[in-house]
Amino acid sequence: MNESDPRSITVVTTVNGERVERQVESRLLLSDFLRHELGLTGTHVGCEHGVCGACTVLFDGEPVRSCLTFAVQAQDHEISTVESLAPGPEKLHPIQQAFWEKHGLQCGFCTGGILMTMLPFLEENPEPTEDDVRHALSGNLCRCTGYQHIVDAVLHAAAMMRSDGGHG
Amino acid sequence: MKPAPFEYVAPGSLEEALAVLGEHGDDAKILAGGQSLVPMMNFRLAQPSMLVDCNRLANLDFVRVSEEGELRIGAMTRQRRLERDPLVARHAPLLHGTVPYVAHPQIRNRGTVGGSLAHADPASELPVVALTRGFRLRLHRSGSDRWVTAEDFFVGLLETALEPEEMLTEIAIPPLPSRTGWAFVEMARRHGDYAQVGVAVLVTLGEQGICQDAKLVYLSVGETPMAAPRAAELLIGSSLGEEDFAAAAAMAATHEIDPGADIHATENYKRHLAQVLTVRALRQARERAVVADS
Ligand SMILES: Cc1cc2nc3c(=O)[nH]c(=O)nc-3n(C[C@H](O)[C@H](O)[C@H](O)COP(=O)(O)OP(=O)(O)OC[C@H]3O[C@@H](n4cnc5c(N)ncnc54)[C@H](O)[C@@H]3O)c2cc1C
Ligand code: FES
Ligand code: FES
Repeated sequence: MNESDPRSITVVTTVNGERVERQVESRLLLSDFLRHELGLTGTHVGCEHGVCGACTVLFDGEPVRSCLTFAVQAQDHEISTVESLAPGPEKLHPIQQAFWEKHGLQCGFCTGGILMTMLPFLEENPEPTEDDVRHALSGNLCRCTGYQHIVDAVLHAAAMMRSDGGHG
Repeated sequence: MKPAPFEYVAPGSLEEALAVLGEHGDDAKILAGGQSLVPMMNFRLAQPSMLVDCNRLANLDFVRVSEEGELRIGAMTRQRRLERDPLVARHAPLLHGTVPYVAHPQIRNRGTVGGSLAHADPASELPVVALTRGFRLRLHRSGSDRWVTAEDFFVGLLETALEPEEMLTEIAIPPLPSRTGWAFVEMARRHGDYAQVGVAVLVTLGEQGICQDAKLVYLSVGETPMAAPRAAELLIGSSLGEEDFAAAAAMAATHEIDPGADIHATENYKRHLAQVLTVRALRQARERAVVADS
């Protein structure tokens, strides 16, 4: 890309705690930036118009659709993706552990987005009811599980996070 | 799909943003939360040659009460903030109670108040609240500004009184009259989806529980948010009994809305739904008005 092209922009942002700087086209979606520029392929792209939730990441700590944000808008902001959850290669975050134990995923396509939606939800609502969880899940589509095991996993994660003092 | 190429600017002040809009007019588009614009760009239904990203205009992100007791909300305030802000809960309970029906938290975290109003989708909740509560909207252009009423603002399908070089910057919500009850009800296929039909109502009680004022506005049943003034007239002067509700609901559903059929519902079904939802909303509003009275 031509450096003097007004559509090519330098973006400096923080992703999973690390500062990154890239030259990008203004039309590059944040989802594609994470996947193609940074190789963070845990952020999935299902519908690219905000409906499925697979691309959900944290933008300054709040869950948002990365397919409805341009990479250049991440300038000076902090992004967290599903790759930031596990503390190490051999250890899972409690919410991941709960999905593992309760069979909260089958193909896993929706899972990254669901985890990045449920984590801030549980931080804000440490003792949700099943109804609260279903309500909070309504912006994420899963084609495999029928949701029941996801709900079970989130309730289990809530219990694990409470006994953990809320930290992973 | 991916958006077509565009030039991107992210001005740091309102003056700068307005100058760019003044210069580029129709070719430029304001990028607020992006939750309606970016899907349209991804589908290439919208191909603006310039995007004016207003997310750095931090002074358009506010909620405060003016000296006249109006609630003032900046256009770049996120929808999510409306459901968390105690000032909104106190001064604009209808707005506060309706925001959770707008999409999902992940969308409301980005979507703005100004973007939802400016987008003027007849299936959207906030334009309905704006019409019900008589919002005033402040529109800025380089060097000047004007206020318009919600009634004058919504002119057609996705069409508002905004000129290409103008930006919606602020809304003003008058205080809720005393002894006034409110309600918002909608029917959507899943929570967070655009509703098939929805209705916002206000009723104000006068002496001896007689209805002094009423307002009903519908979503998803026409090209704009649709008010039902004749149904409201049937309520005014009544004692808000079940027969009065049934008469008002029938009037609105038969004569004052214009729902088309879509893949999920026939026109008749939508009229039926409007009637049922109206009665539910009126019952809730009456209860709240009685509580407000005591
Ligand atoms: C999956 C999904 C479900 C949704 N469900 C609902 C729903 O149930 N109910 C609902 O109401 N909405 C829904 N929305 C839409 C959402 O509420 C949008 O946030 C809103 O319609 C637009 O606000 P925005 O800030 O994102 O604006 P943008 O998308 O940034 O802009 C929308 C339009 O308004 C213009 N604009 C924005 N701000 C201004 C301004 N201040 N002055 C002048 N012009 C401006 C833009 O140029 C653009 O043309 C949904 C969206 C998605 C993706
Ligand atoms: S890919 Fe972003 S919501 Fe579906
Ligand atoms: S596990 Fe396959 S989509 Fe959810």
